[in-house]
Amino acid sequence: MATPATRTDALIHARGLTKRFANLVAVDAIDFDVARGEAFGFLGPNGAGKTSTMRMIGCVSMASSGTLRVLGMDPVQDGPKIRARLGVVPQSDTLDLELHVDENLYTYARYFGLPRDVARRRAQQLLEFVQLADRARDDVELLSGGMKRRLTIARALVNEPELLLLDEPTTGLDPQARHLVWDRLYRLKQQGVTIVLTTHYMDEAEQLCDRLVVMDKAKIVAFGSPRSLIDQYSSREVLELRFPIDTTPALDKLDGVAERIEPLPDRVLLYTSDGEAATVAVHNRGLRPESTLVRRSTLEDVFLRLTGRSLIE
Amino acid sequence: MSGALRVLEHNLFVYRRTWKGSVFMSFVSPVLFLTAMGLGLGSLISRGPVRTVDGLSYVAFLAPGLLAATAMQSAFVETTYPIMARIVWLRTYDGMLATPIRVLDVLAGEFGWLAVRLALGSCAFFLVMVLFGTVHSGLGLLAILVAVMTGLAFGAPIFAFTATQRTDNSFALIGRLLITPLFLLGGVFFPIHQLPQLAQGIAWLTPLAHGVALARGLSIGVLTPSAGVHIAVLLVYAGIGIVAARITLRRRLVP
Repeated sequence: MATPATRTDALIHARGLTKRFANLVAVDAIDFDVARGEAFGFLGPNGAGKTSTMRMIGCVSMASSGTLRVLGMDPVQDGPKIRARLGVVPQSDTLDLELHVDENLYTYARYFGLPRDVARRRAQQLLEFVQLADRARDDVELLSGGMKRRLTIARALVNEPELLLLDEPTTGLDPQARHLVWDRLYRLKQQGVTIVLTTHYMDEAEQLCDRLVVMDKAKIVAFGSPRSLIDQYSSREVLELRFPIDTTPALDKLDGVAERIEPLPDRVLLYTSDGEAATVAVHNRGLRPESTLVRRSTLEDVFLRLTGRSLIE
Repeated sequence: MSGALRVLEHNLFVYRRTWKGSVFMSFVSPVLFLTAMGLGLGSLISRGPVRTVDGLSYVAFLAPGLLAATAMQSAFVETTYPIMARIVWLRTYDGMLATPIRVLDVLAGEFGWLAVRLALGSCAFFLVMVLFGTVHSGLGLLAILVAVMTGLAFGAPIFAFTATQRTDNSFALIGRLLITPLFLLGGVFFPIHQLPQLAQGIAWLTPLAHGVALARGLSIGVLTPSAGVHIAVLLVYAGIGIVAARITLRRRLVP
């Protein structure tokens, strides 16, 4: 892909990285580099290979072939050494329901070999950072989904990691909880923590990621900053047309109105540099959509273009 | 090694919340069994034609066997559902393995903790035996160690099996087809030599018969040359189980 050929300063360096399971290629010879201090995203639908890639970076799954270096080390040889400097937020929480909120952080800090007093102090600080200090002595079971997610993020930070891996950090959270998580991640980035995350939310990728790759069917299909991906793969504006049920016109009636036309089950997307002009053109052709909406292009449009389907299916 | 201690420390943390009930039960169970079977049933035997079993009062015959069998049952319980929870339901191990903790540390910590739990339970049981006057020799203290080894001889292979399972369906089956028959027929309640020839052979293939024989000998202060065989069998089962668990747990957690 568009990756520079060599980046010796890369925190993560992957070439031809492949993961095969019994009768499935989960990750198919992907190349990417993650630089220190950036926020890097893997975007793609379920089953695209994002989680398999994250697990290889996290040294809990071995690559079937290809090269992978994390923090300059080899995950096969130096798994524990690498993991000592990583923070991992897995897709589904693995919090210890048998322990209290603060005990979750304390025992986790101990796994990293932190002395008892340091572990206690850090647990306290992190609970404040994720706004859970008042729940310290509660059972984890009593926390809401968003609180559990924040606790998982706090737990991933007990070893003050250089590299934070987050697998779908806000899936299933309500908007308020998501914004709080985003805010905390943004602060960590400001502190110099390198962030790698997977998501199938466009707004999350646009909010957080400096650069991202789009994965589909085990391969990387596009690479760049959110802005450059939109510039490269989509038009400036999008006109969304919604027609009354069963009256969607044949697509050839829209020929020439826009650079590209994308019919979806519930609406038709027209990719154009000038949405207003396209709206006028549609009406001039005698078409009467129930509603029209002109908006800027998003990563969702990039994804539709690249894979022919919507991200969240 | 330090990784294993962290895992053990975690289990200690979890245990802190339940230890009272657990310790209480470790006393209740032997008291009930030794009263009902040992004294109750035993009084009938002492009035019968043989009066003793293998030269011992029934309660003295029963107690050390029950000590070993209780360890077997605890090990079975501890290495099925809780381990399944940590692999599948709670995914505790996935959390641990995202840190410097390795699969080997998880295993060493869990087996270390299992040994601690078995030792605690067996000490409680032993105290009850002393109260019932069934310990006839200082060597009897070693029966605690035998119970721990018997537990590990079952726990390690069962752990290895648990690590291969997707659901808990098979655990009840192990209980019904392996643990309960052994408990009832494996030399705890009556001598193995009363079983049919074939059943005797089968009984001696399992760790329980060897654990029971060792514990019984020690509690009356008799250590026969066959003790070496008993110890070897227990060690082989535990050893094979640990090696197998290392393979199955690694395959499961680090695919």
